[in-house]
Amino acid sequence: MSDIVVRNLVKAYTPGGPRATDDVSLEVAEGEFLVLVGPSGCGKTTLLRMVAGLERPDSGTVSLGGRDVTRLPARERRLSMVFQSYAIFPHMRVRQNIGFGLAMRKVPGDEIDRRVRRAAELLHLEEYLDRYPAQLSGGQRQRVAVARAIVVDAGVLLMDEPLSNLDALLRLEFRAELKKIVRQIGTTTLYVTHDQAEAMSLGDRVAVMRGGRIVQLGAPLDVYDRPSERFVGGFLGAPPMNFIPATVERNGDKPVLALGDQHLAAPSTLDEWVGRPVLVGVRAENIEVSTEAAPGWVTATVEVVEPTGAAVLLTVRLGEHQIKVQTAPGFRVAPDDTVWLRSTPEALRLYDPETSLVLRP
Amino acid sequence: MSRRAWVQVACVAITLFMGVPLYLIALAALSSRESLNRFPLPLLPTDPSVETLRTFLDTTGIVPGFVNSLTVGIGTVLLSLLIGVPGGYAVARYAFRGRGPYQMFLLLTRALPIVVLSVPLARIFLNAGLYDTTYAVTLLHTALALPTTVLITAAIFVGVSREQEEAAMVFGASPMKAFLRIVVPQALPGIAAAAMFTFVLSWNEVLGATILTLNQRTLPAQVLTTLSDSPLAYRFAGGFALVLPAVVFIAIMRRYLLNMWGTTLR
Repeated sequence: MSDIVVRNLVKAYTPGGPRATDDVSLEVAEGEFLVLVGPSGCGKTTLLRMVAGLERPDSGTVSLGGRDVTRLPARERRLSMVFQSYAIFPHMRVRQNIGFGLAMRKVPGDEIDRRVRRAAELLHLEEYLDRYPAQLSGGQRQRVAVARAIVVDAGVLLMDEPLSNLDALLRLEFRAELKKIVRQIGTTTLYVTHDQAEAMSLGDRVAVMRGGRIVQLGAPLDVYDRPSERFVGGFLGAPPMNFIPATVERNGDKPVLALGDQHLAAPSTLDEWVGRPVLVGVRAENIEVSTEAAPGWVTATVEVVEPTGAAVLLTVRLGEHQIKVQTAPGFRVAPDDTVWLRSTPEALRLYDPETSLVLRP
Repeated sequence: MSRRAWVQVACVAITLFMGVPLYLIALAALSSRESLNRFPLPLLPTDPSVETLRTFLDTTGIVPGFVNSLTVGIGTVLLSLLIGVPGGYAVARYAFRGRGPYQMFLLLTRALPIVVLSVPLARIFLNAGLYDTTYAVTLLHTALALPTTVLITAAIFVGVSREQEEAAMVFGASPMKAFLRIVVPQALPGIAAAAMFTFVLSWNEVLGATILTLNQRTLPAQVLTTLSDSPLAYRFAGGFALVLPAVVFIAIMRRYLLNMWGTTLR
């Protein structure tokens, strides 16, 4: 096992052109599962490929287990990888596919056999060892790709959107299995995905990327709960975080948030922002909703009611802004009804409307 | 009639179109000289004989011509694969400057008539001491076959995903090993197609071979020069001898062709 240390990696595919990764630094501790997440084109795959040695950085360094590997080709980096397209070899049987890395490293035949069998057991592939990939389903091929990656016992495991080619149900199932397997073998893992749910559920830590930079890095729930900027709140979570423009006003000695002509209690730390516009970020599940008026609550009009089974998702209009509200499954309401909303000041995140960055108290 | 039936009819028609001449020429070559002059000509082998073929094979220059043709054919296949397969790989994988013009330029050799190419070549080969050798013909045929080899193998290499090669390299293979162990096995159908095409091209090519040789004639060149003043039976036997090796070669390469044109086994 080894840690991954990335220092100031810069890569531009065309010299002087836009940077795919822009001075990225990152440390993944030994045995940690770190997820790189971001929209397509944010540089996450480029970063992973530079760690793998499949792409050469313009500047910066990559170290694995304390060894500077920046100039080494992929085959000398002692790592393994699961590819988005699986990239298993169609002209080899499952057995040869899984054992490929071992055969390349000249491991003796009987040991290859033993280790392939163990990996196949771990991924429930025992019955398929003598088949060709063409005779397997998509899910099984993915298992072969994972088995091939874990059988080599490399210090570092890289995964490039390994679940994105599976259908939704299989993806959910395999996600949990993958988490279990990686925990069992305990390898340092760098995992790339554009699926925020995958990032949240798999990672010990999550790095959200945008425009070639890591914009926030932290434990999944921290990042979810306290997005450092508007983009992160909008990207992580389904539905995304609501953002409502408001103005900070003073009501007696306390600051309040004015949403149109309605007022909402604000965190007391907002004192110095009185009289200025802010962006209020609030998660759908942190909004309380009621069909009865109460003091301190704001009124809104229901536009869409979507029961999801585990909850009811409401789209409501608050002044001229549309926001999503999540409430308990038994909540009865119809479109065009008036509802009252409230949120505790602790659940509100406040952003500077100009920079989109969170306001530091 | 249903669409399916029409397809079958078309298949049978095309098979006949290709097969009937082959059958007729084989029939004529394996008949005795007398039975060829009979009327109406029997369409079934009534009295097969190898007499005509033997006469043909005994004619001066035929057996050496056959050997020359085989030497040139196999040499051309090997040489054009040796140069063309890496070329096809480069065209498929690397976005190098001038790739488009290069591909056009490759095809240009086919745009020039062989005669136009052969005459200056003959001069060059005379100076180089290669004139009237099978090497000279092999070089000419390789030049003629290269464009198709490059383009066919490039089309196949595009079908093998780059990620597979990368996977091989991550798991410890050098780029060369990844190419040989992962890409080439999957590209075999295309390589077989290119080999077939090349062999048949070389086997059938007459003009260049005639210009570049005097004594080291390939079979078609030899047959062509003696054809006009030969009896009918000789022509049939010659035609048969010309067709047969190409058919055999295609039959051998066919099993690598199972999934031609890039749809490799997945």
